[in-house]
Amino acid sequence: MALPQRKTDIGPPHYKQFLPPVIQKNYGKWKYHEITDPGLMVHVGESGDKLWTVRVASPRILSTATIREHCDLADKYCGGFFRYTTRNNVEFLVSDEKQVEPLRKDLTKRGFKMGGIGSGISNVVHTQGWVHCHSACTDASGLVKSMMDELMPYFESKRLPNKVRLAVACCVNMCGAVHCSDIAVVAVHTKVPTIAHENFKNMCELPTVIGSCPTRAISPDPANKSVKINAEKCMYCGNCFTVCPPISIKDPERDGVAIVVGGKVNSLRSNPKFSKLVIPYISNEPPRWPKVVAAIKHIVEVYAKNARKHERVGEWIERIGWERFFSLTGIDFTFQCIDDFTFMRDTMRTSSTFKW
Amino acid sequence: MKKYDTPLIDELEKGPWPSFVTEMKKAAKNNEMANDAVGHLEKCFKTKVGYWKHGGIVGVLGYGGGVIGRYSEIGDEFPGVAHFHTVRINQPSGFFYTSAALREICDIWDKYGSGLTNVHGSTGDLVLLGTKTEALEAIFAEYSSRGWDLGGSGSALRTPSCCIGPGRCEWSNYDTLDLSYALTQEFQDEIHRPTFAYKFKIKMSGCACDCVASLARADMSIIGTWKGKIEVNQDEVKNYAKNGMDINAEIVNMCPTQCISYDGKALKINDAECSRCMHCITRMTKALRPSGERGATICIGSKAPIVVGSLLSWVIVPFIKVEPPYTELKDLVRKIWEWWDDNAKPRERIGEVIEMKGMRSFLEGIGQSPIPQQIKEPRKDPFMFYTEDDMAAFKAKEAEEKKTGKFKF
Ligand code: HEM
Ligand code: HEM
Ligand code: HEM
Ligand code: HEM
Ligand code: SF4
Ligand code: SF4
Ligand code: SF4
Ligand code: SF4
Repeated sequence: MALPQRKTDIGPPHYKQFLPPVIQKNYGKWKYHEITDPGLMVHVGESGDKLWTVRVASPRILSTATIREHCDLADKYCGGFFRYTTRNNVEFLVSDEKQVEPLRKDLTKRGFKMGGIGSGISNVVHTQGWVHCHSACTDASGLVKSMMDELMPYFESKRLPNKVRLAVACCVNMCGAVHCSDIAVVAVHTKVPTIAHENFKNMCELPTVIGSCPTRAISPDPANKSVKINAEKCMYCGNCFTVCPPISIKDPERDGVAIVVGGKVNSLRSNPKFSKLVIPYISNEPPRWPKVVAAIKHIVEVYAKNARKHERVGEWIERIGWERFFSLTGIDFTFQCIDDFTFMRDTMRTSSTFKW
Repeated sequence: MKKYDTPLIDELEKGPWPSFVTEMKKAAKNNEMANDAVGHLEKCFKTKVGYWKHGGIVGVLGYGGGVIGRYSEIGDEFPGVAHFHTVRINQPSGFFYTSAALREICDIWDKYGSGLTNVHGSTGDLVLLGTKTEALEAIFAEYSSRGWDLGGSGSALRTPSCCIGPGRCEWSNYDTLDLSYALTQEFQDEIHRPTFAYKFKIKMSGCACDCVASLARADMSIIGTWKGKIEVNQDEVKNYAKNGMDINAEIVNMCPTQCISYDGKALKINDAECSRCMHCITRMTKALRPSGERGATICIGSKAPIVVGSLLSWVIVPFIKVEPPYTELKDLVRKIWEWWDDNAKPRERIGEVIEMKGMRSFLEGIGQSPIPQQIKEPRKDPFMFYTEDDMAAFKAKEAEEKKTGKFKF
């Protein structure tokens, strides 16, 4: 069959054709919203019109079959209009109040999970992992699934002092905005790469490989027509492997994950913050990563018990101090937590006032 | 079709959270590629390493990006994923769809690909996960003829993305959906034909809540803000108090600039001292609303830690009007790219280049003056540069003071 005529540089379709009539009418004229429960909120326009949003969990990896199921539900209850969120949830946009409960019943019957709105835990921002990336030290989707199975009450019903944003990155490239999350997992290599010298000259460009290393650990190795790596400088970032396949950094027994906490991106109350390292290493334990899941749940629970209303994890820790965070959580403080890369001078304490 | 035994990933079909393994298996039912992806993943879980190879230049004619080459090292064992390329489809602003549009996307993808997707990828694109090189041109023809284009990849402008803004949010200070669309259309060439030193991301949020995390993951973060007062509806304040809000603890004491007071009856805001952090507004949305002039703050430079440490975007332009046709903003984007192009080595993000060349070079390059809103605090060391022009200006000011008899610091 002949293919249709291709077009180039047309950009995406105009968003307006995808907005339900209630949004077209109240566009830019919304007055307030109320969260009824973690799976439902209503926006009220200055006109008095209302828009109900039913938010549903998604694993981000979707089969076309499931997308079609979303479409069927949207046709039945919201005139075919729906959207996805930045954190990969599905949102059904209902403009007829009478359709809200039937939609929710139908969703429950089909096994969809509603939640994620307000001061709880929403979907986890994450990257590709073993499902689709060459660089992965772990599987992001598997970690997310394992974490969220355990944290489900905070998605569906249980409330926290404020939102807790979670993220998973499957290598230190951190393609998914982990570095400013309340609690995040970043997968790490922990060993200097090995080099298959015999393949180097055919597959790699010397200057590129040397230039790829952020710590300048790589130098030429003329005897082998290859490069050598200074073990004292290498911090296992994997950049050299990315530009040169004969360099190998994957190691099933040593690859693992680290946990960082206390980041946020919004400016509410306090400035955006980076996440900071608290647990430097936990072994990769597919398919369920039990220790990683337990660690995250523990940090969430200590935060829930100790933070003041509206405080994000990072704000709570700044109020009580990091020394208190470590004592409250019982997490061992290790050398890895002391910055020896770019931020040491800003992160060491320079006063004798601290808590015991 | 080969049936794989998958005891490890089957564990991830248990439990309440929706399962990506179930999704992969659904796609695998009648798709050879998805079926091999399932077997391939089980092997990763068993051996605890991945088997994908880095990159590979594939794409569609006339474009330098939008498709990400992906091959398996063990394609002999899993032929369905020997090629398993990603196609990035540029999402509509705000991720709004109709069922008709998404069904069309699914129909094409089922015909040519694995039937697996990411809705959405972290950059914002609708990601089609897994197809073969020879299908790419057909995929592109099918989608583009129906009004869908590819997104960005590689050293190009990456697909812009935005928060839901005026579509469903009372706090939006500009039309994020429209600006995202307008910039995407304006810079089609920069998206499809990589000519930059490295990637460049633009993300748009309507207010300081920053729902697309632009401040943390966009080279250019456009964050809505306002210049007028916060209007207070005292009746609604009373309602919040009546419904159990401890206004002093939750609002007054949590205001970072301590510019709110509350005497048990009326809530007062000293607007001149408000830093527009959004805390009070988000907690009392029925009572408090921004008013007056609207626009955005432009911040530049955020990136992940690879290679020399991560950055959050820095305030460059404290306030800019954001109104169609967005001429001033588009000009600013072009000036920023021009300076970057003049100064970057390959694979240097703009934030890194600014660190190397100095903020002054950048600000002068794009025609911005220094003002205190750009910084948290002034420098701490005395190792600064003085140009001949700086000295001439200092001297001229002093000469002026001598004339008037008044010091001007
Ligand atoms: C002090 C340390 C850190 C800083 C300053 C930092 C800063 C940043 C910045 C500015 C971005 C925006 C990147 C972009 O999209 O171009 C970013 C992105 C990201 N960061 Fe960090 N980060 C830090 C630590 C971390 C850590 C420890 C992790 C993981 C544990 C992480 C994970 C990520 C990820 C996954 C992204 C992806 C953004 C995207 O989706 O585009 N970061 N980081
Ligand atoms: C020799 C130097 C190379 C370096 C330093 C390099 C580095 C990188 C980096 C850092 C990325 C992620 C960048 C990004 O997201 O923009 C990337 C992505 C990629 N690389 Fe390479 N690479 C190199 C060679 C190659 C080669 C030889 C190929 C193919 C034959 C290739 C194909 C790709 C592809 C397809 C991607 C995904 C692009 C995307 O993000 O959309 N690269 N490369
Ligand atoms: C050497 C560095 C890097 C390499 C080699 C690399 C490579 C890649 C590759 C191959 C993919 C496509 C994965 C797939 O779908 O198969 C990808 C996705 C992506 N990368 Fe990177 N990347 C690098 C650095 C970064 C950094 C520093 C950031 C952001 C700060 C970033 C942001 C992204 C994003 C947002 C995606 C889409 C991910 C998703 O939706 O899951 N990358 N990267
Ligand atoms: C080449 C550069 C510098 C030289 C040659 C220099 C030299 C000196 C000398 C000779 C003293 C007096 C020591 C004494 O009285 O016992 C001193 C004190 C000091 N310098 Fe420097 N200095 C330099 C740069 C700096 C810089 C850049 C800073 C700070 C940013 C700094 C901070 C201080 C401080 C805090 C003191 C002690 C002052 C006090 O006790 O009141 N110096 N320096
Ligand atoms: S974080 Fe690393 S492993 Fe994960 S998708 Fe990005 S580059 Fe690949
Ligand atoms: S892993 Fe990173 S630090 Fe180590 S040699 Fe390679 S590029 Fe350098
Ligand atoms: S960033 Fe602000 S304007 Fe945009 S959706 Fe979030 S709260 Fe609303
Ligand atoms: S927006 Fe923030 S700074 Fe302004 S009054 Fe409200 S809490 Fe205070």
